[in-house]
Amino acid sequence: MSAVLTPRTDSPKAPAASVDTTSAWSRWANEHRKWLFAAPAMAFVAVLIIFPVAWTGYLSLTDAEGSVRAESEFIGFQNYLDVLTDTDRFWPAVWRTVLFTGVVLFFEVILGMAIALLLWRPFRGEKWVRVAILLPLVATPVAVGMMWRLIFDPNIGMANQLLGWIGIGPQPWLAGQHSALPTTMFIDIWQWTPMVVLILLAGLTSLSDEPQEAARIDGASSWQRFRHVTLPLLMPTVIVAILLRGIDALKTFDILYATKGRGGGSFHEVETLNVYAYGLSFDYNDYGVSSTVLIIFFLIIIGVMWALTYRKKGLGR
Amino acid sequence: MKPSKPYRVFRNSALVVVVFALMAPLLWMIAASFKTNVDIYDTAKAFVFSPSLKNYETVLQQANYLEFIGNSLWVAFAATTLSLLLGVPAAYSMSRFNMKKSALVVLMARVIPGVSLLVPWYYVFSNLKLVGGFSVLILSHMFVSLPLIVYIMMGYFDGLPTELEEAALVDGLTHIGAFRRITLPLSVPGVATAGILSFIFSWNNFMFALVLSGSDTKTLPVAIFDFVGYASIDWGGLMAAATVVTLPIMLIALFVQKYVVSGLTAGATKG
Repeated sequence: MSAVLTPRTDSPKAPAASVDTTSAWSRWANEHRKWLFAAPAMAFVAVLIIFPVAWTGYLSLTDAEGSVRAESEFIGFQNYLDVLTDTDRFWPAVWRTVLFTGVVLFFEVILGMAIALLLWRPFRGEKWVRVAILLPLVATPVAVGMMWRLIFDPNIGMANQLLGWIGIGPQPWLAGQHSALPTTMFIDIWQWTPMVVLILLAGLTSLSDEPQEAARIDGASSWQRFRHVTLPLLMPTVIVAILLRGIDALKTFDILYATKGRGGGSFHEVETLNVYAYGLSFDYNDYGVSSTVLIIFFLIIIGVMWALTYRKKGLGR
Repeated sequence: MKPSKPYRVFRNSALVVVVFALMAPLLWMIAASFKTNVDIYDTAKAFVFSPSLKNYETVLQQANYLEFIGNSLWVAFAATTLSLLLGVPAAYSMSRFNMKKSALVVLMARVIPGVSLLVPWYYVFSNLKLVGGFSVLILSHMFVSLPLIVYIMMGYFDGLPTELEEAALVDGLTHIGAFRRITLPLSVPGVATAGILSFIFSWNNFMFALVLSGSDTKTLPVAIFDFVGYASIDWGGLMAAATVVTLPIMLIALFVQKYVVSGLTAGATKG
């Protein structure tokens, strides 16, 4: 920390340590440092994020399709009318998105809570368990999808072999029209439950021991202590976990594309809103309609987030 | 207080199940990457087989993976470095001047679906003939990295006492000098956390590269699909490719486990 002991200004010519002797540029920079520091990042966000989102909004009101150089016409809310009355692709995709998110969140939070409670108090071998928790989390999702594709292969996969050993017949897993979506949910739960574990564990570790002890002295059973002491105190962290996982689960793309390919499979069996919007944009080049789907999707995400943060504030008190 | 013996037995057996469920699929993938396709199709050879390096030969030599590894490294490195340069000072300003609204705008990027960005980007950048080059790919990865870095660093700066900076000001440093010589050196763990997480997310990113990369700039997650044909799948090659993609990032994460965990859980306990 020599900088503290030998005060110097940024200009090497200034012998005395005084703001007045520094250059005009340095004075200006220090005065406006708030915006000078923030401006580059803000500009990046404005040009490369806000502008594109605004443009998506504009495209959703046009009939843009085909080549990106093709002419497009302003057609008002026609796309919204078409999309919202489309019971063939749009509404099933909404339903799958909601179902996927709801189911994986449910299992990830329950399992995540159980595993976090197991890991809460120190024990021997803790280090190795933590390694096992971390690995699925950082594994490349596309590679994870491919890995499960082999395990769930109806003919040569380990999953059906295991079932065979306990006397259950082979299942189609990812290849089945009705079993594909639940199988992708399983993959998502496998990969992302560790995320919930880490968040809840951080929350548990930050709790003070005193309320627990007090309840123990009052004769509360371990379930009562969890239900009436630990859980209420942990609730804000649980909501954060649901919020972070929920946003990502709604936007799941990689494992769906890796396991079922374009359009969520030949019967669109795993086609969620994100997969549908991607297909409309880059398989069909139907930019107008895809922008409409994206705007609606975006509004759904914002709505869910708002509802959850609203609830979080209510529970925080 | 020590947990009771029955609970300890229950906990240990439950943890064995958890560790097995998480690790077994990964080990299975790695094992399959050392099998020939004949062995993969032969269920009798599920556990006992003679390991072969043939799949890795295919992946690294025929399938050109050395080039894709280079592409992935370059994109992740460039996106992370640029995002740190933009994100760290911005996070500092937002933390010290309490710029809640500006922070919210940056963090909204975490919520926006990536596709809604890709459509306009594809429009603009294909007209500029930039699609397929590294520049657009790196910019697109910054869309993920920058908000992540701002989020983690804001939390870090919030937790750093301002007294040290004030002392430096008294000693004659300028505000920017105090940031550069006092705050920044103290923030090395935070910057490391943010940088590592950004690198991992960029390395794993698939959707942006799927649209914006060309044959010369393809990153590893996209290159995996070279092993998935319309008619048949080269399972051995596919598992070797998946291992080549994901093993390096898992090993890196193990070495810097502490940083990865603190980054992933950043801000979770503020309530």
